[in-house]
Amino acid sequence: MSSMSFDIAHLLAGSILVLSFVLLYQDRVSAVLNVFALQAVALSLSVAWQAAIQNAPHLLVTAGIALVMKGIVIPAALHRIVRRLGIHREVEEVLGAGPTMLTGLGLVALSILLVLPAGQNVSILVREDLAFALAVILLGLLMMITRRNAVTQIVGFMSLENGLVLAATGAKGMPLVVEISVAFSVLIVLIVFGVFVFRIRERFDTVDVGALDQFRGEQGERL
Amino acid sequence: MAIAFDLAAQTVQMFLVLAVAPFLLGVTRMVKARLLRRIGPPPWQPYLDLWKLMHKEAVLAHNASWLYRTAPYVIFAATWVAAALVPTFATGLMFSWAADLIALVALLATARFALALAGMDVGTAFGGIGSSREMMIGSLAEPAMLLVVFSVALIAGTTQLSAIASHFIDAHVGLRVSLGLALIAFVFVAVAENARIPIDNPATHLELTMVHEAMVLEYSGRHLAMIEAAAAVKLVLYFSLLSCLFFPFGMATADQSLGPLTVGIVSYLGKLLVLAILLPIGETAVAKMRVFRYPIFLGGAFAAGALAVFLLFVSRSF
Amino acid sequence: MISSLHAVLLIPAVAVLVLALVPGYRLGAFLNMLASGLTFAAGASLLFDPNYRSDILIVDEFNGYLVTLTTFVAFTTSIFSASYIGHEIETGRLTPQFLRFYHALYQAMLCSMNVALVANNVGLLWVGIEVATLSTVMMVGIYRTPEAVEAAWKYFILGSVGIALAFFGTILVYLAAQEALGEGLSAMAFDTMARNAARFDPNLLSLAFIFLLVGYGTKVGLAPFHAWLPDAHAEGPTPISAVLSGLLLNVALYALLRFKIILSANPKTLNVGLILIVLGLVSLVFAAFMLYRRRDIKRLFAYSSIEHMGIITFAFGMGGPLANFAGLLHMTMHSLTKSAIFFAVGHIAQVKGTQRIADIKGLSTTHPVLAVGLALGVIAIAGLPPFGVFTSEFMLVTSTFARQPLLAVLLIFGLIVAFGALVLRLQDVLFGEASGPSGEVKATYVPLFLHIALVLMAGLWLPEPVVRWFKVVAAQLG
Repeated sequence: MSSMSFDIAHLLAGSILVLSFVLLYQDRVSAVLNVFALQAVALSLSVAWQAAIQNAPHLLVTAGIALVMKGIVIPAALHRIVRRLGIHREVEEVLGAGPTMLTGLGLVALSILLVLPAGQNVSILVREDLAFALAVILLGLLMMITRRNAVTQIVGFMSLENGLVLAATGAKGMPLVVEISVAFSVLIVLIVFGVFVFRIRERFDTVDVGALDQFRGEQGERL
Repeated sequence: MAIAFDLAAQTVQMFLVLAVAPFLLGVTRMVKARLLRRIGPPPWQPYLDLWKLMHKEAVLAHNASWLYRTAPYVIFAATWVAAALVPTFATGLMFSWAADLIALVALLATARFALALAGMDVGTAFGGIGSSREMMIGSLAEPAMLLVVFSVALIAGTTQLSAIASHFIDAHVGLRVSLGLALIAFVFVAVAENARIPIDNPATHLELTMVHEAMVLEYSGRHLAMIEAAAAVKLVLYFSLLSCLFFPFGMATADQSLGPLTVGIVSYLGKLLVLAILLPIGETAVAKMRVFRYPIFLGGAFAAGALAVFLLFVSRSF
Repeated sequence: MISSLHAVLLIPAVAVLVLALVPGYRLGAFLNMLASGLTFAAGASLLFDPNYRSDILIVDEFNGYLVTLTTFVAFTTSIFSASYIGHEIETGRLTPQFLRFYHALYQAMLCSMNVALVANNVGLLWVGIEVATLSTVMMVGIYRTPEAVEAAWKYFILGSVGIALAFFGTILVYLAAQEALGEGLSAMAFDTMARNAARFDPNLLSLAFIFLLVGYGTKVGLAPFHAWLPDAHAEGPTPISAVLSGLLLNVALYALLRFKIILSANPKTLNVGLILIVLGLVSLVFAAFMLYRRRDIKRLFAYSSIEHMGIITFAFGMGGPLANFAGLLHMTMHSLTKSAIFFAVGHIAQVKGTQRIADIKGLSTTHPVLAVGLALGVIAIAGLPPFGVFTSEFMLVTSTFARQPLLAVLLIFGLIVAFGALVLRLQDVLFGEASGPSGEVKATYVPLFLHIALVLMAGLWLPEPVVRWFKVVAAQLG
C-alpha cells in the first residue's frame, strides 16, 4: 500500500474520531446536529476512500447512503423536529465538559490498548481503523450516557453506528454486512423517530429523558 | 571565520525577533482596527509607545518591594531568551542545542511566575485578581502545551526545536491527524498565553474581564515598557514556534550560505505577517468568554493534545 | 429438508405482510396462530434430518432442537395471546389498529429468531438478533403508558448498545478468520470457522469474544447487563413477556455458545468456560436476592428468568457431557415452565386488574384453576421434584460436586435463596385471604397445562430419543 493512500485513510478515520470528541464538546442541540452531519460526511469520504483502495465498488453504495441519509436527510429532519419542539437553543445539562472530556480520553486510550496487542498480525491500516472505530463506538456510548435529551441520545447512537460502519469497511472484503448494517441504521432511525420522540413528547411535553425516571417501575412504593 | 559567521547568524536571529516584535503588534492592532471600521494607529505606533514609556518617570507604590522593581527585567529577559532560541529562518544555529521545547516551556513559566508575583506585590485587589486568574490559565495551558510538545517530539524523536524543524522539512512525515490536533491545541494555548480574545482582551481595562492588564495596572514608565516589550516578544515567540513546528518551509537547513539564509529570513517575515493578519481576524470573529468557561476552552486544548499523543501510538509502527 | 428449512423462515415472513394488512383482530389472531402452527410443523420436521450446510444457513442437532423449541413455544404463546388480547380489547388498553401492528411484529420476531438460529453466517446471526430485539422493543412499548415507554426506551438503549458491541465483536471474528481462511463468506461461516479455529489469531479471537459476550450477554440478561430485562417484562403485554423469557434469551445464549465452540477449538484463547461460570453464578445469586424485594408479579418472574439464565450459563461454562446435558435440559425446561407461568400470570393480572403482588390474594378460592396452574408452575420453576427443572438442576449440582465442590456450594446457595423468595412472595397470592374481583376468566388453559404436562413428563421420564439427541449436542458443545 502506498503511503499516500494510507495517509488519506488515516486522516479521514482520524477526523471521524476527532469529530466524535467535538460532538461531546457541544452543549447546544442544533450544534450537536451540525457536528453529527459533518461526521457523517467524513464517514462517507472515508468509506469511499476504502472503496477506492480496496477496489471494492460496492462500498460506494454504503458511502452514498451515509452521505445522503446521515449527512443530509436525518440531520435536516432532526433540525426541523428540534425547531418545532423549540429546543434548538436549549443548553443541555451535561455531566460537565471537563469530566466528560477526561472520560472520553480514557476511553480512547482504552480502545488503543485493547486493539494494539490483539491486532499484531493484521495490517496497520486495519488495526488503526479498528482502534479508531472502537473509540468512536465508546464515545458514542459515553454521549448516550451523559446526555439527557432524547434527540441527543439518538445522535449519540447514530454516531456509534458510524463507528461500526468504519470498522466494517476497514475489515477487508467483509461480505454482506456493510449493506445490511447501513439499512439497519436507517431502520433504527425511522423507528426511533416514529416512536420515541413523538411518544415521549406526547406524554410528557418534554423530550428530556430525565422526566422518564420518575416512572421507573417500582419507585415510590414501600413494602 | 565559520565561527564568526555562525555567531553572526545567531545574533541576527536574536535581534530580529526583538526588532520585529513591536511592528507585528502594530500590524495586528491595525488590522483589527480596520476590521472594526476604524482607521487605527499606524503599524509602527508600538515603537513610539515604547520610546515614550522609556523616557517617562517610573512611579512606584510606597509598599513596592525590590521584587516589584526587578520583575519587569526578569520577565523581559526570560521571554527574550526563549524567543531567541526558537529557530526562525535557519536550523542548526550556534545555540540551537539549547533550544529545547521543554526548556522553552520552563522559561515562559518563569516569566509568568515573576509576573504573577509582581502583580500581588503591591497588594491591590486588581493585581491579586489578575495573578490568580493568570495562574489558573497557566495551570491549564501548560499541560496542554506539554502534550503538544510530546506529540511533536514523538514524531520527530527529539525535543530539540531545530532538529524537529529539519525532520519535518526533510523526512517524509505524511498527513498526520496527530499533527493537526497538536496544531489545534497549540493555537488554543497560544491564544490563552498571549492574552488574546476569547481568553483575555489586550485592549480592555474593564475590571471584570482583565487578566494580564490587571497584573500590570500599577506599572509605569520604563517598567511598563519592559513588560509591554516582553508581551510583544512573546507574541513573536509563539508565531515563530508555530511556523517552526508546523510550517517550517523555506528555512535554511544544511546549506547555511547567504542565499538560503536570505530566503529563510524573507519567508520567516512573510509567515509572521500572515499570522499577524490572521490573528485579529480570528479575534474579531469570536466573543470574549466568561472566566468560568476558561477551563472548558483550555480543556479542549488538553483533550486535543492528549488525543494527538494517543493516536501516535496506534500508527507509530508505520 | 431444505424446503422445511425455508418454510421456517418464509412462513413468518409472509405472515408479517399478511397480518399487517388484515383488518379485524379476531382474524389477525387466528392467522397468527395458524402461521405459528405451520412454522412449528416445519420446525419440527427439521428434526428428522438435521443435516444441512451452506455458507449462509446451517442445521445441525444443536439448532434443530432449538428451532423446534422456539417454534413450539411461539405457537402455544400465540394461542394464549389470542385469548389474552380479547380481554385487552374489551378493557380498551389496546385498539384494533395496534393489534394489527402487534400481530405483524409477533411474526417478525418469530422470523428473525429463526433466522438467528439457523444462520451459519456470523453477520446473519447478528441481523436476526437485532431484528428480534427491535420488534420486541416496539411490542414492549405498545401500551403507551409512561411506564411502558420508559421500559421500551431503556430496552432500546441497552439493547442497541449490546447490538453495537456484538457487531464490533463480529467484525473482529471475521478479521481473525480472514487471515486463515481468506476473504469471503467462508470466513464468516460457523462450521468452517470451528474447524479452522486453531489457526486463528488467539488475541483477536479473545478480544472478539469479550465484545460478543457483553453484546449478546446483554440480551441474555446476565447480571451486570440485565437492567432492561425486568422493565421490559413487566410493562409489555404478557405474551411478549413469555416469549422474551422463553425464547429470546435462549437465542442470545445460543449465539454465545456458537462462538464458544469456535474459541474452545483454539487452545491459546482465553478461558471462556471460566467467564461463563463467573457470570452465571453472579447472575444466579444476584437475581436470587433481588427476588425478595419484588412487588410486581411479572417483575418477580423476570428476575427469576435472570436467575435461570445464570444457571444455564453456569452449566455451559462448566462444560463436559453431563453439565452440557443439564444445561440443554434446563434451557428447554425453563422455556416451557416460564412461559407457562407467564400464561397464568397474564390471566391473573387481567382478572385482578393489577400486577401488584400485594393486591392479588387468595387465588385458590377465587380462581382455583389459575391457582393450580400458577402453583404447579412455581413448584416446577423453584426446582422441586417431580418436575423437569428438578432433574436438570440435580444433574448440574451432582456433576459440579464431582468436579468443583466449592462452586457447587455457591450454586446450591443461590438455588435455595431463590426458592425461599418464591415461596415467600407467592404464598399470599395463592392461599391468602381472598381479595379483589373474582369474575369469570375467559381464558384458554390449553397452552398453560400443555407446558406443565411436558415439564412433568420430562421430570418423570425422558424419552430415549431426546436423551440421545441431547447427548449428541452436549458432545458438540465440548
